[in-house]
Amino acid sequence: MSTDTDDSVLLEIRDLRIDGFSDERWHEIIKGVDLTLRRGQVMGLIGESGAGKSTLGLAAMGFARPGCRLTSGSIRFDGVELMDAPESEKRKLWGSRICYVAQSAAASFNPAHRLIEQTTEAALSHGLQSGAEAQAAARELYRAMQLPNPDTIGDRYPHQVSGGQLQRAMTAMAMASKPDLIIFDEPTTALDVTTQVGVLAAMRSVVEQFNTAAIYITHDLAVVAQMADVIKVLRFGETMEDAPTREMLSAPKHPYTKSLWSVRALQKEAEKSDDIVLDVRSVDAAYGSSKVLHDVSVRVPRGKTVAVVGESGSGKSTTARVITGLLPPSAGKVFFNGQALPAALRDRSVEQLRQIQMIYQSADTAMNPRHTVGDIIGRPLEFYHGLRGAAKQKRVLELLQLIELDGNFIDRLPGELSGGQKQRICIARALAAEPDVIICDEVTSALDQIVQEGILKLLLRLQKELGVTYVFITHDIAVVKAISDEIVVMLEGRVVQQDIKDHVLSPPQPEYTRRLLASVPEMDPDWLTRLLEEQADVVARADGD
Amino acid sequence: MHPVLLTIFQRLGLGLLTLFLVSVVIFSALEFLPGDFGEAVLGQAATEETVAAFRRELGLDQPAVVRYVQWIASVLQGDFGTSFSGRAASGVDRSRSVVEMIGPRLSNTLFLASMAAIIAVPLALFLGITAALKRNTFYDKAVSASTLTTISFPEFFVAYLLILLFSSWLQWFPSLANVNDDMPLLERAYRAALPALTLTLVIVAHMMRMTRAAIINLLASPYIEMARLKGASPSDVILKHALPNAWAPIVNVIAFNLAYLVVGVVVVEVVFVYPGIGQLMVDAVKSRDIPVVQACALIFAATYILLNLFADVVSIATNPRLLHPK
Repeated sequence: MSTDTDDSVLLEIRDLRIDGFSDERWHEIIKGVDLTLRRGQVMGLIGESGAGKSTLGLAAMGFARPGCRLTSGSIRFDGVELMDAPESEKRKLWGSRICYVAQSAAASFNPAHRLIEQTTEAALSHGLQSGAEAQAAARELYRAMQLPNPDTIGDRYPHQVSGGQLQRAMTAMAMASKPDLIIFDEPTTALDVTTQVGVLAAMRSVVEQFNTAAIYITHDLAVVAQMADVIKVLRFGETMEDAPTREMLSAPKHPYTKSLWSVRALQKEAEKSDDIVLDVRSVDAAYGSSKVLHDVSVRVPRGKTVAVVGESGSGKSTTARVITGLLPPSAGKVFFNGQALPAALRDRSVEQLRQIQMIYQSADTAMNPRHTVGDIIGRPLEFYHGLRGAAKQKRVLELLQLIELDGNFIDRLPGELSGGQKQRICIARALAAEPDVIICDEVTSALDQIVQEGILKLLLRLQKELGVTYVFITHDIAVVKAISDEIVVMLEGRVVQQDIKDHVLSPPQPEYTRRLLASVPEMDPDWLTRLLEEQADVVARADGD
Repeated sequence: MHPVLLTIFQRLGLGLLTLFLVSVVIFSALEFLPGDFGEAVLGQAATEETVAAFRRELGLDQPAVVRYVQWIASVLQGDFGTSFSGRAASGVDRSRSVVEMIGPRLSNTLFLASMAAIIAVPLALFLGITAALKRNTFYDKAVSASTLTTISFPEFFVAYLLILLFSSWLQWFPSLANVNDDMPLLERAYRAALPALTLTLVIVAHMMRMTRAAIINLLASPYIEMARLKGASPSDVILKHALPNAWAPIVNVIAFNLAYLVVGVVVVEVVFVYPGIGQLMVDAVKSRDIPVVQACALIFAATYILLNLFADVVSIATNPRLLHPK
């Protein structure tokens, strides 16, 4: 990577244009992108969903998904033009010299075959190695990826190993034929932060070890900062900015690039309050015979935001289901304004139902696609407040105004709205009941950074104006820092800690809280290296004892 | 015990339970038929004593529960009773046991069914897989159109068409499929060719379309894209990556169609005058030969249950989540 001779260029894309098919016609989704990647170089490709990151990443292999077509431009991989190469030619490169690591390893491993069969498949079908060699190499890679039991884990089927392990196995699969280029397509997005750290470290070390070039696609700037030498920012199929990683982080030039930092810049002063509106006391809950909540107690002060954080499976959403009455607890009670709520939803009065509303992660599936916005927001107005006709219409318009949407949205169907607008409608629907408490279950997780910021600002403003209380369930620590007053940390169905934000975020902390917070990637490109060194120190010290 | 074995035994138990319930239904359905068996069978001319003696002989004077237990007990020992036909008011008994009557007919039907299955199942799988591989090409459309055409015609029409073509004009095959046990295998196969072909044409479309749909349904999976991006050839993508995950729906449709080959062939047997169990049952119903009807119904039910059980087991055995639990 030291010289600038043409020989060092591995991949060169010039003025690439790609069409995508939607709404019955072809649209240009990649609009003339240039990209140069040298041998051994790692390029971060960032942007929001719909920016064309994955499309561009796959195009670097000469591949277009069904519904996409490469229209013009040039893709040269090591001197070979892929743009108009027949698929049989490209197949010789795929799996041997260019490999792909997909976002969801769980979905991208074939459930019918053992891991090792899939790991060695490409190397065998391209005739690169013999069966025994390929198997030995695969085990070696499992070891390099720090998978447990590297000699036998390959005999397992995909459903028999965890998501984090699968993602490592998929990187091992990509490395198996010692490719020149790997396309990583959001490889850690589906993982918990504590799992993500290990996978990132393993991927980085393997890529360095074999001097493989890579394109690392992600929407997470902090992750890409750990992995990439250079960063390319993409928006609406166009390059916004190209720069070496450190340069881009310290001095982003394009306004769009700057805006990607926005949520992390959002801050709220935490306030302590002893006026408890919702009190979950020593709740146990189970799905069938498997117990998922153990002695969970959460106190929610009036007019404040309590963030419930934890990894997937920690019982965050189950706690919400207990509060709403969807899942009656097997022990313990939920108190609202000091009164015990009936455990099951059907035993609660309309008034009790009105007081607690819920907003879901996926606004798409939380609304009836055949109902207009007016119907969706109007329904709770009718059900809880008995509003009809003109009065209802007037209130719907007020609510639309409250969520910063225009009155003419009233006749639209959910399908005609953007992701952020849909989530705003869901917020309006919750507000329509005039609840005391709104439970927000990962409401910003499916949204892009800028849209996320808009929704969070809206929620904060509504809290200030209406005094509504939020129970905010999320796995995203950046969001927690932005909006919460108090934080509840959950692990394996238990509450590890509940305290005011500043106390949870600064030492002394319980061990798990510390580990969770330490695992959240930071913008600093040295963060991962430093974290790994610290962990190594801890291990070394423990070994020394 | 391996959980798969456990599940299979559970299914087997459920199958037996279903069979038991079906036997109750069959028995009681015939019990509710109007009129007196004895009179109906022996005819108006029979004297009261003959009828009473006949009823006693059949045990019809016993309560229904007792008769059911006796019937099911002998069925379990392989004895389906004695046919009513051959008895006459004259009192001369030329009747035969039901097993004796059904045995050869059943073996003929199974022979025809196997013949049709041996042609139809591989053909349907082949057409389905190749159509999925070359989807939306002329080949795919031609296969879909032709199989849909054959399934759209009533089976007797297909049968007559085949007779017209292969026996009247080309004179390759006989139009009457009268087979017997003494014939050598090839001779039997030759005579049964046209009914087998008719059945094949009737069932191929269904199985072929399900195979094609099940595979194409999987082609949108991320793991199929992954296989392509690993450089797998189109045939590897289908055979190695899609097909192993598509067995469950395909096998269910195959089982359903195989069951049809045994229990639904009456029309085809009648057209080709093939001495199968379907014809026997039609005749038995006409002549109120209750023991034969009962036996046929029970065999049909058992066939359905057995084949669906088989499909269930295959679905379980091809699901790695069940076969290789965590």
